[in-house]
Amino acid sequence: MSVRLEASSLSVGYGERLVVDTLDLSVIGGTVTAVIGPNGCGKSTLLKALGRLLPARSGAVLLDGKQIDRMATRDVARVLGLLPQAPSAPEGLTVADLVARGRHPHQAWYRQWSSDDAAAVDAALAMTGISDLADRTVDELSGGQRQRAWISMALAQGTDLLLLDEPTTYLDLAHQIDVLDLVQELHATMGRTVVMVLHDLNLAARYADNVVAMRGGRIVAQGAPAEVLTERLLLEVFGLDARVVEDPVAGTPLVVPVGSRHRVP
Amino acid sequence: MTTTALRIGATSFKLRRRPLLVVAVSLVVLAALLVVDIMVGDFPLTAAQVVDALLGGGTRRDRFVVVELRLPRALTGLLVGGALGLSGAIFQAIVRNPLASPDILGVTWGAGVGAVSVITFAGSLGVVTGGAASIGVPLAGLAGGLVAGLLVYALAWRQGIEGFRMVLVGIGITAVAGNFTHYLLTVGDVQDAGRAMVWITGSLNGRGWEHVVPVALALVVLVPVALVGGHVLGALQFDDQTSRGLGVRVNVARSFLIVVAIVLASVATAAAGPIAFVALATPQIALRLSGTAQPPLFGSVVVGGALVVLSDLVARTIYRTELPVGVVTAVLGAPYLMYLLVRSRREARV
Repeated sequence: MSVRLEASSLSVGYGERLVVDTLDLSVIGGTVTAVIGPNGCGKSTLLKALGRLLPARSGAVLLDGKQIDRMATRDVARVLGLLPQAPSAPEGLTVADLVARGRHPHQAWYRQWSSDDAAAVDAALAMTGISDLADRTVDELSGGQRQRAWISMALAQGTDLLLLDEPTTYLDLAHQIDVLDLVQELHATMGRTVVMVLHDLNLAARYADNVVAMRGGRIVAQGAPAEVLTERLLLEVFGLDARVVEDPVAGTPLVVPVGSRHRVP
Repeated sequence: MTTTALRIGATSFKLRRRPLLVVAVSLVVLAALLVVDIMVGDFPLTAAQVVDALLGGGTRRDRFVVVELRLPRALTGLLVGGALGLSGAIFQAIVRNPLASPDILGVTWGAGVGAVSVITFAGSLGVVTGGAASIGVPLAGLAGGLVAGLLVYALAWRQGIEGFRMVLVGIGITAVAGNFTHYLLTVGDVQDAGRAMVWITGSLNGRGWEHVVPVALALVVLVPVALVGGHVLGALQFDDQTSRGLGVRVNVARSFLIVVAIVLASVATAAAGPIAFVALATPQIALRLSGTAQPPLFGSVVVGGALVVLSDLVARTIYRTELPVGVVTAVLGAPYLMYLLVRSRREARV
């Protein structure tokens, strides 16, 4: 169990505003980490900083012990893949071409399509179950298919670290489960390390080994889902009055919000 | 789409049948257009005579007409079209907008200010005289285009370059440069203004080998540079975060390619004036023919060359006297631009 990705007294901000405030986090290899917290708590910003999309104001992000902003962009891209919240592709791009772009960090202008590239793309398409959509264009896919295509691109990149920013947004529940099952499978069969931002607490509890709860740019609690997702923490982090019961299927914590209508005075 | 891979040792490329076919067919069409373009004129020649003369045979008169008079003009058209096509393809791929082109982004009108300044100041105002007056026009055009292009680039820069802002700034620079050009035309005398107007329209009239050489040199250097750098374009076609996640140094790559595109457009404009709409329409034509998601770079070079040679052929033959080639491309291009505007409003996703 080694630390793959680490934030050390990390601060990140936009302009004057500090969004992530002297935060420490260690991501252990081979685990699935879910970052939760209310809107604006800095969870997406943290993920961007971990993926080197945003520079650190102070402190550092370490990838396998090396300071990430001193590494070559391409070297980072060979180890760490990321999927932003709302990625965009030009219209008319086929799924096969989209997924093929994932091979970019392994290519050079004179080596644009090796047999490794072809094999990795085929494997990524098969893994996400969209091999038969390869010739369709990305813009004609449904939401769930499109998300699979993007994840497929990240898989083709062949990185064993994956950062996913709300991979389930805009998907209906069935497709959310689909995507998270896929994440689970990557983790279980290929030992990938995943860090994802999730809004749904119950899904976070089911699919993550490690839950990180954030508020105001800082980590309030982290650990196994059962340790973090308590009634007290939900009140402290989200200001939410909720009961936590046992998920009848998975045995993980199940958050049931109370809401004003059912509040006992 | 049929894709095969070409692999020699550590080198490998992805080959797609349709884009390759488009390039091959366009090259044949281009060669045919070139021959027809040289056949037509005050001394009509047959295709056999043209080919003979090009290979060094035929009569002395034929050789003179072909090699000294018509070939340089045709080649200037071909090269200028190729440079404009490539420049437009790079701009559109980076800005991710079919409206992006050196015409819209101010490069062309910047070149116009440079050239028209020399034409008017060298004429009646007599500020520029002698050799500078003749060599000066293309050089000033080149300088004007570069200055305007880099100015747009610098003004649109805000922690990186964003396509939409670049188009807006470009429209602003185009307006300023256009008005300054009209001011120059007003203060210059009628004859100079007339000469300047022909230049502004874009013309291949009287183009000799001295016009071919600079554009050819620019293309010989910049086409390979663009094709090598263009490998990054595939990974640059996403939003910035995704591109960076794929290991692209987004700002470095984008800046480099934009400078290449600005130089290409400026050199082309310096040689033949701002031939309208070629850089705008070529990449989209090549894209539709090839069925790709991004304008194909080499395909745009070939299609651009064919488009300008064809337009010049039309310009020379449609009317009793010769029209500037820019008139023909504008007549063809204006409806196309309107079509793009209508379509982009319907699909507005910004």
